[in-house]
Amino acid sequence: MTVFFQNLGMSYEWAWFVSTVCGILLIALPLMLAVAMIIYVDRKIWAAMALRRGPNVVGPFGLLQSFADGLKVFLQETIVPSAANKGLFLIAPIVTFTLALLSWAVIPFNSGAILADINIGLLYILAISSLGVYGTIMAGWASNSKYPFFSAMRASAQMISYEVSIGFILICVVLWAGTFNMNEIVWAQKGHVFGIINGFVANPLLFPMWVMFLISSLAETQRAPFDLAEAESELVAGYQTEYSSMAFAAYWLGEYANVLLMCALNATLFWGGWLPPLDIPVLYLVPGFVWFLLKVFFFFFVFSWIKATVPRYRYDQLMRLGWKVFLPVSLLFVVIVSGYLMATGHFQ
Amino acid sequence: MIQTIAFYLFAVLTIASAAATILSRNPVHSVLFLILAFFNAAGLMMLTGAEFIAMLLVIVYVGAVAVLFLFVVMMLDIDFAELRAGFIKNFPLGMLVALVLLAEMVLGIGAYKAGALTLGTPDGTAATPAGASNIEAIGGLMYSRYLFLFEAAGLILLVAMVGAIVLTHRQRGDTRGQKISKQVARRPEEATFNVKPEVGKGVQL
Repeated sequence: MTVFFQNLGMSYEWAWFVSTVCGILLIALPLMLAVAMIIYVDRKIWAAMALRRGPNVVGPFGLLQSFADGLKVFLQETIVPSAANKGLFLIAPIVTFTLALLSWAVIPFNSGAILADINIGLLYILAISSLGVYGTIMAGWASNSKYPFFSAMRASAQMISYEVSIGFILICVVLWAGTFNMNEIVWAQKGHVFGIINGFVANPLLFPMWVMFLISSLAETQRAPFDLAEAESELVAGYQTEYSSMAFAAYWLGEYANVLLMCALNATLFWGGWLPPLDIPVLYLVPGFVWFLLKVFFFFFVFSWIKATVPRYRYDQLMRLGWKVFLPVSLLFVVIVSGYLMATGHFQ
Repeated sequence: MIQTIAFYLFAVLTIASAAATILSRNPVHSVLFLILAFFNAAGLMMLTGAEFIAMLLVIVYVGAVAVLFLFVVMMLDIDFAELRAGFIKNFPLGMLVALVLLAEMVLGIGAYKAGALTLGTPDGTAATPAGASNIEAIGGLMYSRYLFLFEAAGLILLVAMVGAIVLTHRQRGDTRGQKISKQVARRPEEATFNVKPEVGKGVQL
């Protein structure tokens, strides 16, 4: 895209600037639309599993429900509690929302369609997701109210705990792919198993890692069964209790953008990203981003399915799973995977 | 042009937030400004081409260490009057520390400018060997030339971690831990049974 703007007579720097801004808009605007639709899909799936109808009043099949909700919160009054720390209270949702969008910069949508093709893409994602804690902590503390504060403590402990094992899981993927670049990780999965299956997931050594990554990504995004931070039976609405209007909407949008990001990471790191599932030439006729979106939406369906069927974990069980099960197992798998790769001469 | 703008943006924000860390009255604001300073320092490292270090700074310091700071500061009820009362008493010590830091910085920059340290080129360009990415260059050094130092650092961290756990862990006699394997192994046959008690008689368990 930079070349296109350069041909319009701009200097390289300006062309780069303009094309990056266009790229950001090309990702962020469809993403917001996708988030609105995905909230609708989530509610529909949840309703179907509970034998209800779900949203079906606004627009055909209730398709415009999310937009109606958006308009509703937009028209509401923003209430700042008088005891709240005003600045932080208002910054917190902005931080959450911004961070939810930032990670998408390094997600490859197609072989060349990636905003920032940097060679530390995966580290960048880890860095941004480790920042995600702050939106929650700031909200919990700035609200100056006990339930949000409890929730913030829970959420941050949970996110930090699961980030450790996510780090180890990603190390296994990186060892096999030999790079931190997201696009090259996708390329490394081409014909990975028997030269025909695209995706690390079919690899017996990496399949358990994918299962753990899926569960950890549920914990990382605070989806059911790990939605302890907003356990409505214990903490009202968690760290968002005191929020109203657009600030609340920002949390909502950020949360679902994060869920979509985790689905995209599952697809990119383990299921071959924009590659078709099998390495057959006919399948490459379908554009890469179609495969990518299909995989992302499949994983979103899995996330909703889990949300609709699994009861909530208790807090100590959550911590036990993170620290006593996932951490040792993922550490063990780092040793096994690196040992296997060294023994088979993968790095020569 | 963009690099220059980015540099001044990051540099100004780093210094401003570092100053705000010291000056702000609320300790939670202080920690949050410290985090902003870390983040902007990572941006500066990115500009010098040390992207791996920049990411590690964000992941380790901002993502883990500063969260702990924030936890502690939020939990503590800090009395400011008491803190300010100690200001005059601690002032000479503070000045001493500041002087030592200044001298070290001057010495370090002097040695670097004189070319006595082989960290990189004095004009600020990255020291990475051509053709190798940042991660490969650092990994190549860490796992060959500095292997023993690297492993020693790891061991020290392990000892510190074990020490922290030993210090804080206490065995309480009255808790009954959950044994998940036992719960999963339980079958309906051994957990439930049907009885038909006669009228007026209870059930013997």
